[in-house]
Amino acid sequence: MLQNLKKSILVSLWFVFLTFPLMVVRVNTMDQVVIWRWMNLVWVAVGSFVLSYLWRYMLARQQVRKKVADEGGEIRSKTQLLLEDMSFRYKAMGFILLAALVFPLVFDTYQSTIMISALIYVVLGLGLNITVGLAGLLDLGYVAFFGVGAYSYALLNHHFDLGFWISLPIGGILGCLFGVILGFPILRLRGDYLAIVTLGFGMIFKVVMENWGGLSFGPSGIANIDKPSFFGMDLNLADSTIYIYYIMIAMVIFTILVTMRLRNSRIGRAWIAMREDEVACVAMGIDIAKTKLSAYALGAFWAGMVGVLFASKTTFINPASFTFMESAIILSIVVLGGMGSILGVILGAFLLILLPEYMRAFSEYRMLAFGAAMVLMMIFRPQGIISNLRQTYEYKGSKEKKHNV
Amino acid sequence: MSEKKHKLLEVKGLTMDFGGLRAVDSVTLEVYEGDIAALIGPNGAGKTTFFNCITGIYNPTKGDVLLHPQGLKTRRLNALKPNKVTEMGLARTFQNIRLFPDMTVLENVMIGRHCRTQSGIFRAIVKTKGVREEERQIVESSYHLLEKVGLADFANEFSKNLPYGAQRRLEIARAMATDPFLLLLDEPAAGMNPQETTELEELICKISTEEKMAILLIEHDMKLVMNISNSIYVMEYGKKIAEGTPHEIKDNPKVIEAYLGEETDA
Repeated sequence: MLQNLKKSILVSLWFVFLTFPLMVVRVNTMDQVVIWRWMNLVWVAVGSFVLSYLWRYMLARQQVRKKVADEGGEIRSKTQLLLEDMSFRYKAMGFILLAALVFPLVFDTYQSTIMISALIYVVLGLGLNITVGLAGLLDLGYVAFFGVGAYSYALLNHHFDLGFWISLPIGGILGCLFGVILGFPILRLRGDYLAIVTLGFGMIFKVVMENWGGLSFGPSGIANIDKPSFFGMDLNLADSTIYIYYIMIAMVIFTILVTMRLRNSRIGRAWIAMREDEVACVAMGIDIAKTKLSAYALGAFWAGMVGVLFASKTTFINPASFTFMESAIILSIVVLGGMGSILGVILGAFLLILLPEYMRAFSEYRMLAFGAAMVLMMIFRPQGIISNLRQTYEYKGSKEKKHNV
Repeated sequence: MSEKKHKLLEVKGLTMDFGGLRAVDSVTLEVYEGDIAALIGPNGAGKTTFFNCITGIYNPTKGDVLLHPQGLKTRRLNALKPNKVTEMGLARTFQNIRLFPDMTVLENVMIGRHCRTQSGIFRAIVKTKGVREEERQIVESSYHLLEKVGLADFANEFSKNLPYGAQRRLEIARAMATDPFLLLLDEPAAGMNPQETTELEELICKISTEEKMAILLIEHDMKLVMNISNSIYVMEYGKKIAEGTPHEIKDNPKVIEAYLGEETDA
């Protein structure tokens, strides 16, 4: 305790010394005077002291926890225990659903639009969670599937006047198809090589869309894409935003339901087994090729579907929306939220999309904060916000059996 | 004794080359129904490579691997992928434990049921009655297997949290879940203390008698091998140098030489 304090004070003094020329001294070259900003010195000292102390405290806490875990003690935190309480879970879910449903009626169009983009990332995160979190296949080009969905709706709408609702499944299926196309060449790859190839795939998509003018109208993109129709009625901007918001809520619920069922199904278990140990997995009679392809296809399906919605929401798309940065953000959502955990990914998406949106005042420091948050996260909670929980099974027959024998 | 035993696994002249190195040199081996056969030999003799050839991890350079399940057609196993070999009825464990650490103990065994069940993606999403019934059966049979190896109390623990000996037993349960005719165990007693080894010995005998599975195991623990196996194959430098009952092997000069070195007159 005392030692921590002492060390933190030393750190803060060191920082004061380091930042002194930058933060305190300012030379006004016009008037040839030196301005001393002593207040900054205090801020640096206090700030670095607090951060350093917090850092030490967290590290110490992690050590203690590890020790408890090694001795077989309870390592689940209070929040985790709360999450496992079923009645609390239902209450929380009901409350969240209610809040989600009244949200666009209470807040204005701007807020709803932000929320829609957060929900889009929720679906993208959940989709990538299948590929990365469950099946353990790193995918750095995930945004390409998102783009496939968006472009398929834009082009179908532009050329054939197809509506949103027909295009939605088509976008998903096309995403799936591209997932399989990407899946085939990388069946044999793993680790770093897999990352490079998927990265390349994402790049190829963008470059093709930029340069194949005949198909995609090049960098100028496609404009005037129809918004989703509501039984043939034309909606004004505010109403259609609310409408899209509700579509998005429905899509998120659908995604959660499906991924939850898949996770605890025969296929889901095969994905996780493949993530854990490929050699053992194949020795247990699981067809790796089939399992990998299905993981890519199902991951890409959601990106394709939500891509259609993205195109209809913005009514304009061009290749600039589908950069590597997007892939990186979606991957960060999955890693930050907790690989394989559905609730974690949802929280991660809200954090990573909403925080920058509401912290626009500090947008200059966005990347700095982002990087710092990632580093801290990897040190203190490498398993993500919510760590992966597995379904437990109760077998009732066993007790009766024991009595019989 | 009883009538002539049915030949289950037949390996004929199996050879495996890695470039210029012949790791397994025309090894012939047979395992009979109900047998516990052991494959022994000094380190680097090619035992694990031999296992990997049978189970499809390597594709053997020469030779045949044939499985004759009783009352069914003969199945040729070479050049099949490992998952196909498992489907054919040959399951294995690994020398260095290869469990799925972040899955529960029960789920590890449930993975073994994968190749004997078939519900696909769409039915899993809709969760049809058939899928639910299949899931129930998977849980039930996996649970029974856990009871058999004495791990039922740990069913919902993460498998990485199990003690070492229990992990070994879990690996055996997982292999058994694939309903094999023949169980291949790669050094099941490695790293176990004497008590755990005794328990393992009992477990292997139990599997052999109760489940009617033939067992082929690689092992360095001679006491275990001599106690439980009824036929032993000895390998050295990729070649099979002896075969026979434990009694014959014990006194075989070639085997003694392989393990202890040649006697010199010095």
